[in-house]
Amino acid sequence: MDLQVNQQSVYAYTGGKAFDPAIPCVVFIHGALNDHSVWTLLARQLAHHGYSVLALDLPGHGRSDGPLLQDIEAAGTWVLACLDAAGVQQAAFVGHSMGSLIALEAAAQVPARASRLVMVGTAYPMKVSAALLDTAQNDPLAAIDMVNSFSHSTWAAKPSYPGPGGWLHGGSRALMRRVQAGWAPSNLFRHDFQLCNDYANGAHAAQQVSCAVHFVLGERDQMTPSRQTRELATLLKPMVHHLPAGHALMQEDPEGMLKVLQIALKGMLK
Amino acid sequence: MSEKSSQGRSQGFSPPPQGAARMDRPRSAGYADPGFDTLALHAGAAPDPTTGARAVPLHMSTSFVFQDCDHAASLFNMERAGHVYSRISNPTNAVLEERVAALEGGIGAIATASGQAALHLAVATLAGAGSHIVSSSALYGGSHNLLHYTMARFGIETSFVKPGDLDAWRAAIRPNTRLLFGETLGNPGMDVLDIPSVSAIAHESGLPLLVDSTLTTPYLIKPFEHGADLVYHSATKFLSGHGTVIGGVLVDSGQFDWDKSGKFPELTEPYAGFHGMVFSEESSVGAFLLRARREGLRDFGACMSPHSAWLILQGIETLPLRMQRHVENTRRVVQMLAAHPMVASVGYPELDGHPSQALAQQLLPKGAGSVFSFDLKGSRAQGRAFIEALKIFSHLANVGDCRSLVIHPASTTHFRMDDAALALAGITPGTIRLSIGLEDADDLMDDLKRALKAAEKAGA
Repeated sequence: MDLQVNQQSVYAYTGGKAFDPAIPCVVFIHGALNDHSVWTLLARQLAHHGYSVLALDLPGHGRSDGPLLQDIEAAGTWVLACLDAAGVQQAAFVGHSMGSLIALEAAAQVPARASRLVMVGTAYPMKVSAALLDTAQNDPLAAIDMVNSFSHSTWAAKPSYPGPGGWLHGGSRALMRRVQAGWAPSNLFRHDFQLCNDYANGAHAAQQVSCAVHFVLGERDQMTPSRQTRELATLLKPMVHHLPAGHALMQEDPEGMLKVLQIALKGMLK
Repeated sequence: MSEKSSQGRSQGFSPPPQGAARMDRPRSAGYADPGFDTLALHAGAAPDPTTGARAVPLHMSTSFVFQDCDHAASLFNMERAGHVYSRISNPTNAVLEERVAALEGGIGAIATASGQAALHLAVATLAGAGSHIVSSSALYGGSHNLLHYTMARFGIETSFVKPGDLDAWRAAIRPNTRLLFGETLGNPGMDVLDIPSVSAIAHESGLPLLVDSTLTTPYLIKPFEHGADLVYHSATKFLSGHGTVIGGVLVDSGQFDWDKSGKFPELTEPYAGFHGMVFSEESSVGAFLLRARREGLRDFGACMSPHSAWLILQGIETLPLRMQRHVENTRRVVQMLAAHPMVASVGYPELDGHPSQALAQQLLPKGAGSVFSFDLKGSRAQGRAFIEALKIFSHLANVGDCRSLVIHPASTTHFRMDDAALALAGITPGTIRLSIGLEDADDLMDDLKRALKAAEKAGA
C-alpha cells in the first residue's frame, strides 16, 4: 500500500493482506540499495499469522518517492512518521544492515513506540572502506558486483529465494541495479554507503532503547562480521542468534530467519 | 581440386584474433564472482547435507512431506520457500535451474519438458488472446510452427521479419505487441541476431526481448550482457550434449521493469488465480518467473522430469570443454568445405561474405557455434547421394550432440514451410545442415570428402 509521509508517497508491502493498524505491527527496513522485496517471504508469513506488516521502501528506493534521507537519524524519524501515517502507535522494528541502524534510531528516538528491535546483519560502527566508497562513486556497477560477492557465502543456498530455481547472486545483483537505476538524481549506492559510514550516534541511541533486542548474525558474514557488534552488544544486551549464512541472511537462510523472528516476536500476539 | 590448391577462394576464413575469446570482466582476487567453468560445476549444488553425496542427487519423488499443517499452508501460500510437488519444483531440477541462471547471468530459471515448452511458457506468461509478437523469420522450424500456426489458433498473432532488418523490427511493433523474439544464431542460415540493436528497439517500446540461445549456449554468448531480457534453451542440445534427453530451460535476466512498461497486467496487477497476488510486488525483479512457475507450470504442466534434469546437469559440467572442441572442429570442417569444388557456399558466420560476419566478430568472439549449413552443387539426387554416403555423420533430426549429425532441412525440419517461407529463412532445396561433434576432426573431414566424392559421381 502507499502511505503519505512528509507529502511524499511511500510504498509499504503488507504481506499480501490488507493492513490492519489495530493488530500488532512489524516494520521491516531494508539495507543499502535494496527494497521491500528482500523481506517478502518473512513479511508474507507474519501477515498470515496474526501480525500487520509494513515492509517499507525507503525514500528514493523501489516504489517510494524521494527525496533521499540525509542521515541515519533522519531515517529513524522517517520510520516513525510512517507509523503515524499508517495509524500505528507501536511496532517491532526489524532492519537489515543499513536498515538495522535505522531501526535502532527509530527504537531510540521514541522508545515507547518500539515493542521489539531486531537487528539483522548489523555492525556498529558500520564503516565502509575508502576503496569501496570510491568504487561506488566512480563505477557503481563494479561496486555492486563487489558487494554482491561479499554478501553471499555459498553458491547453493537452499531452498533459495524467493523459491526454488532462484540464483541468489543474480537476484541480488539485479535488485541492486534496479534500485540504483530507479533514482536518477544522484548516485544512490554512494549515498547509502555514506550514510552507513557516517553514522556515529549508535552508542547514544543504544542507551535510549528500552525494548527487547535481538541480533541476527551470519556466521560467514564478510560485510558486517559479528566481531563488529561488540560495542553495541555491550550496550543493548541483545539475544544473539547466529545463522549459517553470509550477509544476505534473508535470502540464504529464510527458514532460519523465520525461526528467529518467531522467537523475537513471541508474546506480541495476545 | 584439392583442399590446398583451392586456398584463396571467395569464402575466406576469419576466426577472431587470439585473445579475443575471453569476454569476462577482469577478475579481482577475493571478491570476484566465480568464473564460468567453476559455475558450470558448482552453481546451485553443494555436498548433500544428509548423505554427504558429492554429485547432485537425483530426487525421483513426485512430492515432499510437510513438517506440519501450518508448513503446508505456508508453502502453498508462498510464505515459505520449499518443494511441494515436482510439477512446480523439485530439488534436482532446482540445481539445474540455478546453474543455468548462473551461467547466463540471470536471476533464476525454470526447467521445462522441452525447448518448445520453454518457448510456450514464455509466450503464454506474457501474451494472451489479442496479443502480438514480432519474431525473427530465421527460426527453428518447430518455433515457427508454434508461433505461426498454433499460437495463432489461441489468438496470439506473430509478424516475422528478417533478423538483420532493424527497420522491419521497429515497423512491425503494434500497440498490442508483447514480445520480440529471435535466435542467437538463426536456424539454419546462422544469421547472428543483433541483440544490442533489437533489444534497444524492444525497450524503446517498453517490450522485452526473448532470445533462443540453444545453438550458442552461455559459453559462447550471454545474451543478457547485450540487452536481452529473457533467454531459453533447448537443453536437449549442447547443454545436455549427449543426445540422451529432451528438456528446456527458461531464464530471466531480472533486468526488464514490468511496472515501468505498463503493458503486463499479468505481472503488475492482482492475479485472481493466486489470492490476488501482485507478482511484481512480491519480487521486484523476479515477477516473470513467479508467474511462469505459479501459473504456467501449475496449469500447463510442461515440467521437466528430475531424471532429465540430472542428465542435463552431467552435460553442463563439461560444457566449457565440449564447446571449445565443437568450435575447433567446426572451424576445420568449415575451412575444408569452403574450399571444396562440390560446395557452392558455406553459411558459417566467421566466413568472409557471410552477412553476419561483423556481428559474429562482435558478439561471438569464442566462436559461432558448431551448427551450420552449406549448399551442394548439383541436383537433389546428388544431395541424397551425399547424405547416404556419410559414415560418421548420423542422418537425424537433432543438433548439438557430441556425435556429428546431418540433415536436409527442406525435407525435414522445415518441410511445412512453402518455398517463399523457406527463402525468407535463407534455405534452398539443396541446403544441408551439419552439427559438428567431438570426433577427430580429420575423421570428420575424411567422411565429408568421401560423401562429396559420391555426390560428384552421382552427377556424372
